[in-house]
Amino acid sequence: MSLCLTDLTVRLKKTPPLFPALTLCIEPGEVATVMGPSGVGKSTLLDAVAGLLSPTFILSGQITLNGVDISPLPAEARRIGLMFQDAVLFPHLSVGDNLAFGLSRTVKGRRVRRDTVQEALTDAGLPGMYDRDPASLSGGQKSRAALMRTLLADPAALLLDEPFSKLDAGLRDEMRGFTFTHIRKREIPTLMVTHDPEDAEATNGPIITLSKAETSR
Amino acid sequence: MTARDGRGLRIAVLAVLALGLLGPIAAGLGQTARAAFGVMPELGAVDPGLGPWRELSSIPGLWTSVKLTLWTGLAATLLSLMLAVGFCAVAHERMSNSAAARWLTPFLAAPHAAMAIGLAFVLAPSGWIARLLAPLMGWGNPPDLAIVNDPWGIALILGLMVKEVPFLLLVMLSALTQIPLRQNMAAGRMLGYGRGLVWMKIIAPQVWPLIRLPVMVVLAYALSTVDMGLILGPSNPPVLAVLLTRLFSDPDIARILPASAGALMQGLLVAAAFALLWLAELATRRLGLWWVRGGGRGSSAEPLLRAATALVMALFAIGTLAMLSLVIWSLAWRWPWPAALPQSWSLKAWGSPGAGWAHALGNTLLLAGATTAISLTLAIAWLEGEDRARRGRAAWAEALIYLPLLVPQIAFLYGLNILFLRLGISGGHVAVIWAQALFVFPYVMITLSDPWRALDPRLTRAAASLGAGPWRRLFAVKLPVLAMPILTAAAIGTAVSVAQYLPTLFMGAGRVATLTTEAVTLSSGSDRRVTGVYASLQAGLPLAAYAAAFLIPALVHRDRTVLKGASA
Repeated sequence: MSLCLTDLTVRLKKTPPLFPALTLCIEPGEVATVMGPSGVGKSTLLDAVAGLLSPTFILSGQITLNGVDISPLPAEARRIGLMFQDAVLFPHLSVGDNLAFGLSRTVKGRRVRRDTVQEALTDAGLPGMYDRDPASLSGGQKSRAALMRTLLADPAALLLDEPFSKLDAGLRDEMRGFTFTHIRKREIPTLMVTHDPEDAEATNGPIITLSKAETSR
Repeated sequence: MTARDGRGLRIAVLAVLALGLLGPIAAGLGQTARAAFGVMPELGAVDPGLGPWRELSSIPGLWTSVKLTLWTGLAATLLSLMLAVGFCAVAHERMSNSAAARWLTPFLAAPHAAMAIGLAFVLAPSGWIARLLAPLMGWGNPPDLAIVNDPWGIALILGLMVKEVPFLLLVMLSALTQIPLRQNMAAGRMLGYGRGLVWMKIIAPQVWPLIRLPVMVVLAYALSTVDMGLILGPSNPPVLAVLLTRLFSDPDIARILPASAGALMQGLLVAAAFALLWLAELATRRLGLWWVRGGGRGSSAEPLLRAATALVMALFAIGTLAMLSLVIWSLAWRWPWPAALPQSWSLKAWGSPGAGWAHALGNTLLLAGATTAISLTLAIAWLEGEDRARRGRAAWAEALIYLPLLVPQIAFLYGLNILFLRLGISGGHVAVIWAQALFVFPYVMITLSDPWRALDPRLTRAAASLGAGPWRRLFAVKLPVLAMPILTAAAIGTAVSVAQYLPTLFMGAGRVATLTTEAVTLSSGSDRRVTGVYASLQAGLPLAAYAAAFLIPALVHRDRTVLKGASA
């Protein structure tokens, strides 16, 4: 499974592209980093790959997952996971039920599903916290729970949108290690957007710096 | 500043509410309960007993009435809720809240009775829909069908839905602004769920606690409406509230005793419906959790949501036709079957204001002005008291605001009237204003609370640092800045006051004629042209109030972008 972007650009109607055409292939377990000044369209790039682009944007180029063009598919059918700056745990569900919501449908049977979630919680350093209110978790615990929820959905590729920027400096290293270990273990091609050079260094992967497209008119 | 600030103001507001709002409701319920068990000295009934209940249960058709009440009330509420949720799921992304609010306004502003009369004009065998179908179906005469006042209450359910779906939509759109909708939607979709499923599994459960009270208001109203029940509901036997209103107005005043027993039963019916809602919530939560844990992604929710949207559009279309038909009938002269429009027009029905409608209009304006002014003053005093105490609202206070909307009117209004008789104010404007204000105040308060709390606190702090005391901060900063929401609350207060039927009928002892009481009376078989005049005025007055609430700030603050209300 590899995630490839070919000549990918995004533009608002009748304006030049936000950034120069991007071509990039991410191999399984590899984390590619996109950096660049704010306003250059990093988040828009992630939205484009995720399928969350608002209809005012026009996308050109190709997004292929394992050779299949996924750009015509809606977000929910792309099998791409997205980690936000905030954990976005659903407040009306317990921590465990948040993970169960993410857990892929291919895991069948009430018992098996619950056990899978319990295991994932233990994996995330949250053993026995199935029934906890997500609001009662610490920042790091929330992030780990959110990553587990995303991974349980069995994504074919992963997008990270400044995933560590809201964590305390001390927690960041730990969370980076946790995240990248799981990504490598599961061999998921991953595209990360960040401001923080330390995030990029920790990946040992390719780094692309986006700059504003030529605005000659 | 300390928490003691504004203590006097808060105590005054609480005293007014306890004596003016809580007191009357409790006393009214108490009087009703006493009469229900045979004690009403005014009628010479002094021995407590179960006589009134026996008399009530011997009324032919009573149980059919009860069944009809439950059926129409529960069905209308459930369907309205389902349709509103479905519509919201589809429409919220395509429409800004302000656009939606403008769009909903005419439906919210039109009083229930006016909408019901219009619907009767549209749905009746000789109404608009039948006229449009006649050429296709080859009907030479109006079809012989009881569509309005049908024995199954379908017309009543439809009428309730036309009014309640827009209300629930407004409430939901406002609730949606309080949860991180876009984030939740993106997170849900990235886990593989389609929009419809995210809506049902993630968004709706978070919205529900925010709309539970308004749904209970809808439920209580749907189970106990008198004016809509009279105009659209089954005629014999009618829904319980209509049956009781007739009983209370019976020339034989001894019938007040069984009527009171029935009024108590009406209260119990509503209480039982609330219990049912609570049970349904528990069951839904368990079932929903089971559903969420299953992790199913099949995106089968979309067709259901689209169907709900189509039905809501159909409701809006029928509602629009209903309001148009009021005006058209009031201007019609010759309109033979099956012409789609009148053959000749006339202003005759409007031409003699002295004959009635001018008097009713005057009364309606007076009552609306007085109740709105009282309610607005009280609401502003309450909110200012909260500000000065720097406290949020306690749960009991929120419940107090909703109380008059949750207790069915008929359960306490007649009891309250007995009390007013003793005070010697029954049958006059004061009594009607007092009774109407019980229902106007909650809506004014609910409407004003959110914008009041959203006011930028730095404005008042800046004013304070410039030496302005609490009263100057209120009158020179808060009220002018909040002019738009205050006027909107006033418009809603006007709409609620104009729509009141039962309080005006009971407290006015039939002597205070308003557009609503006249329109409801006329609706049973009078000249449609005259009925059209009253109902048009009845619907037009709140609409004019809304228009004023929109235009006045736009004119006064025409060179103040923030205050013009462009964003409201």
